[in-house]
Amino acid sequence: MHEILNNLIGNEIITFLIAAALPLVFIVPYVMLAVYLERKVAAHIQDRLGPMRVGWHGSLQLIADFLKLVQKEDIIADNNDKKLFNLAPILTFAGAYAAYAVLPFSSAYIGSGAEVGVFFLVAISSLVVAGILMGGWSSNNKYSLLGAMRSAAQIVSYEIPSVLVILSIVMITGTLSLAEMSDMQTGYFWNWMIFGGAEIGLTKFLLIPFMFIAFIIIYISSLAEVNRTPFDMPEAESELVAGYSTEYSGMKFAMFFLAEYANMFAVSALVTILFFGGYQSPFGYVGNLLGIEWLVPIEQVFWFCTKGILFVVVQIWLRWTLPRVRVDQLMALCWKYLIPYALVNLIIIGIITLI
Amino acid sequence: MKTYLKNTWEGLYTVFVGMVITFKHMFTRSVTIQYPDVKIKLPERERNRLYVNMDDCIGCLQCERACPVECIEIETVKSLPTEELGQTSNGKKKSLWVTKFTIDFAKCCYCQLCVFPCPTECIKMTDIYEFSEFERENLIYNFATLTSKEVNEKKSNFEKMQAEKEAEKAAAEAAKAQKAKAETEEKEVNNQESPETPGTEKKE
Repeated sequence: MHEILNNLIGNEIITFLIAAALPLVFIVPYVMLAVYLERKVAAHIQDRLGPMRVGWHGSLQLIADFLKLVQKEDIIADNNDKKLFNLAPILTFAGAYAAYAVLPFSSAYIGSGAEVGVFFLVAISSLVVAGILMGGWSSNNKYSLLGAMRSAAQIVSYEIPSVLVILSIVMITGTLSLAEMSDMQTGYFWNWMIFGGAEIGLTKFLLIPFMFIAFIIIYISSLAEVNRTPFDMPEAESELVAGYSTEYSGMKFAMFFLAEYANMFAVSALVTILFFGGYQSPFGYVGNLLGIEWLVPIEQVFWFCTKGILFVVVQIWLRWTLPRVRVDQLMALCWKYLIPYALVNLIIIGIITLI
Repeated sequence: MKTYLKNTWEGLYTVFVGMVITFKHMFTRSVTIQYPDVKIKLPERERNRLYVNMDDCIGCLQCERACPVECIEIETVKSLPTEELGQTSNGKKKSLWVTKFTIDFAKCCYCQLCVFPCPTECIKMTDIYEFSEFERENLIYNFATLTSKEVNEKKSNFEKMQAEKEAEKAAAEAAKAQKAKAETEEKEVNNQESPETPGTEKKE
């Protein structure tokens, strides 16, 4: 991808700038779709209709909402720490956006083919905590601060089970690169990690139940990492007004909003890459069948986005199913249940891979 | 350990059950309607905005008296005997000009008590319930069909008639009095035979 762009433009700096901006081309339509899905799924789960006015079945609702947000006054309270207050949404979004650098959308397009992709993803997604904490602190509002503190506690503790699960996958694949992980699960869907990986043998069948456990653990902890219900303690609207984003309005709020949805896809994409073959098609490619080679990467983008959005939909579905947990329950779930299970799972998977 | 595993299982299982329930609800028919486009059919005896058919109103004030919140205001003027107001649809003769018939829907409590006493069934409930206004004054509905000019005319007609009647009455009384006086005077004249003109003037 870089080479093609470089050959086209001839300037490396511009090439990198364009490559860096490419995920935005995905994020903006995706966020529109996700917000629409969120509202529609919510409505239909509650036996309502949801937005119906703007466009066909309310499909242009988010454009209307966005225009409203743009027009809004940018309110900054007197006692805010203005520098940090203005920086926080940008930092939050930057953290969410940086994760897209290592997501392999297809075999032809990876923002950065870093060999330590998973490591980078885990590390950079913690930048969101800094942004949220910054926003909560600089708002000078008790609700914001409470939300931010909860968020920090939650994200830091839930990173442990998710990292333990990632570690067990890394143990099997032997690589930290997300693209390589995806490539290892090529072929049909039974080659996916959730079905024990590509190698046929005893280990594959032994791995399947533990892979399911690992998947459940990382999915639960990824929900907590992106502050989704039932773990939406940081912005628990019935307790904390809107948590860390209470004091924000207009475009700055939109940034937090965008970051939240971008993050949702990032963790869904990580789950997809780790367990569901990443950009690999479950049934082989039409492009290979017809002998059109350039079609394959496009198909891969399609499969990657479809799988990712499917998990986003499951997140939305869970949000409208489960009530919010209490703070102590949240911590108990992480430290008393997920981490021990993840650890045991890690050890068992390690032993199996040794066979 | 047993409770620990049981908790784990219950946590996962109950989440799964909940998800199945919400998934089913995703495909059930919505219970809400697209209100301004689609409206629920109102029950047969719904009570909403009142309507007065002024062709049938005889100005009997029964509805005004029945109203518990006094939101109906009616003023009537008697018609001249020469004027023909026509009949109501159920054959009652109209004899009053209804110069003012207003209902203040800001006060109205939609109790329907005004509907029952109406002898001509001209005040009734409609199915209109969307009549919100920005100004409270706009909720005062005027049902009287007469223009202010006509009202003034009717009023002056009535006053004129009244005045004429009074004048007539006065004249009649005066005539009566004069007659009576003349008679008494005659008697006096007959009795005393002494015409005292200033005295009679005083009496008049």
